[in-house]
Amino acid sequence: MEITPGRSYGFFTDTSVCIGCKACEVACKTWNELPGPEPTFGDGYDNTGELGAQNWRHVQFHDNVKDDTLEAGMGTAWLMMSDVCKHCKNASCMEVCPTGALMRTEFDTVYVQPDVCNGCRNCTSACPYHVIQMDETNKVAQKCTLCYDRLQGSLEPACAKTCPTDSINFGPVDELREMAKQRVETLHSQGVTQAYLYGADDSIYGGLNAFFLLMDKPEVYKLPNQESSVLPSRNDAGGYLGSFGAAVAGIFAAVMALRLRRPREPEPATAAEPPAPTTTDEGGK
Amino acid sequence: MHPAIDHFARDPHWTWFILFYFFFAGIAGGSYLIATLLRLRGDKGDEPVARLGYYVTFIVLLCCPPLLIIDLGQPLRFWHMMWRLTPNEPGLNFKYWSPMSLGVWGLSLFSTFAAISFFEVLVRDDKLRLPIAKRAVALLDGGLGRVVNILGSIFGLFIAGYTGVLLSVSNQPIWSDTWTLGGLFLASGLSSATAVLTILSRYRRGAGVTHEYLHLSESYFTVLEVVMLVLFVVSLRGTGALERTFTMPWLILWAVAIASLIPGITGLFPTRARVAVSGHGSMDVTVHSGGAATAATMAFVLIGVICLRAAIILPVHAW
Ligand code: SF4
Repeated sequence: MEITPGRSYGFFTDTSVCIGCKACEVACKTWNELPGPEPTFGDGYDNTGELGAQNWRHVQFHDNVKDDTLEAGMGTAWLMMSDVCKHCKNASCMEVCPTGALMRTEFDTVYVQPDVCNGCRNCTSACPYHVIQMDETNKVAQKCTLCYDRLQGSLEPACAKTCPTDSINFGPVDELREMAKQRVETLHSQGVTQAYLYGADDSIYGGLNAFFLLMDKPEVYKLPNQESSVLPSRNDAGGYLGSFGAAVAGIFAAVMALRLRRPREPEPATAAEPPAPTTTDEGGK
Repeated sequence: MHPAIDHFARDPHWTWFILFYFFFAGIAGGSYLIATLLRLRGDKGDEPVARLGYYVTFIVLLCCPPLLIIDLGQPLRFWHMMWRLTPNEPGLNFKYWSPMSLGVWGLSLFSTFAAISFFEVLVRDDKLRLPIAKRAVALLDGGLGRVVNILGSIFGLFIAGYTGVLLSVSNQPIWSDTWTLGGLFLASGLSSATAVLTILSRYRRGAGVTHEYLHLSESYFTVLEVVMLVLFVVSLRGTGALERTFTMPWLILWAVAIASLIPGITGLFPTRARVAVSGHGSMDVTVHSGGAATAATMAFVLIGVICLRAAIILPVHAW
């Protein structure tokens, strides 16, 4: 596979064919040497729980199986989705990162430089997708690198390589978008009209390099919808203006207090003096 | 601000160190401002409290960098905030749209002014008697001294307020749903600074004459805080954030925070103010007699300021 620096690469994750086998999770952990947190065994098939410092792919399971007799489910009785860092064009994590550890690579992916990150966790507070997290061992932020090291060796990312149903597709973003559009058309022509693309155009965070074909509303998959796709910096102006207003009011209050306090008995010496000298050696000796 | 916004951000684990940094930042910034305003007013009688303000600023500020650094995953890399290490892109890290980046520089500059003023009052108080130090401080006698104090106050106000903006510039519930946190933290920072100065001025000779001013400004700052709190609640209507913060166990923190506003509000009524400082010329005596009660009240105000920050910082975290 030819992977050229300077081109945009990403994932097209087609959830309509995901079978929830978690091969992507295993491949990711194997290649990236991530032991991962202890699995949990609860009510469902999800033993991974969430994306995080050690879970760079996470297969979500959404159980929609009705209690009464099933009709044709059209693939929606169970929704499965292999979630991953979206490698957002306008990335909230990158926007707030104070060290510049979060950078865009020559493959147009979002990458944390582990030797630059100092573990301030500002990216965690910003990522609207619950992706990036400080690792408890390395004490730096970690997330999917889109297999940066493999791309440099012209190898596709481990998860895409291993996915047995081609739910995870890797390639140049423009080609993936084309492929995704056709897939949606095919599904619609088959009557699966709920299928749609999330993040394939610039409506979500300027476009997601890792975008999805979904079978239900974004919120169902814990993805912010279009109205919610806003960056942290939206609050800079309001926050500073609010502070500025309070600062002006605070100074005003302090000055009023200075003026309104009961006048002291003027000492003859100071009363004759202009109020200029503010720095003297008197007082407090 | 954006009622419809629905994010799925993970909490950043900013807890106790950050909470106390925010608390100290408010005291430091507020003290510097109060000290400077007292000086600009030009009444020599206020100079002891002004000097106290500069001492408080510097000493409280000393606690801030350690709190911030310990909170990092990699504390020894704290300087990565200032110097960019990305290959082929060396230079200063300055991202004005990221309050954390801006804050690093704001804190550095404020610390510089705080250190200058601390040094200055040490010399003026004859605690530092080197001739060269005296000559250096003589430079600050005129306009230059005022410029330093005014610039320092601007950075002090920034440090007291940006901490709230830092929380808001995120995709966290509550924090990013309101524009009021910067102003709210600034107002409560001013009130906490006044409280600290009121407590400590008991131990500073000649500070009694400024007591009435401290009481009055404590009340005014409390009113400002109440206004900001109302705006905070109003700005969060319909976002789901109110339900998240005004619930148990955070309600206990809110209760303490709100109760701590009562002394400031009641202080507005003239009878109380007159009781606090009665009689001319005997002010020191009067203040000392009620000093312990005042100090206890002000300590309660400080606990309330901590609770307010806790009630805003902690609820976004998964416990
Ligand atoms: S999904 Fe989160 S971690 Fe990934 S690029 Fe977007 S903001 Fe950053």
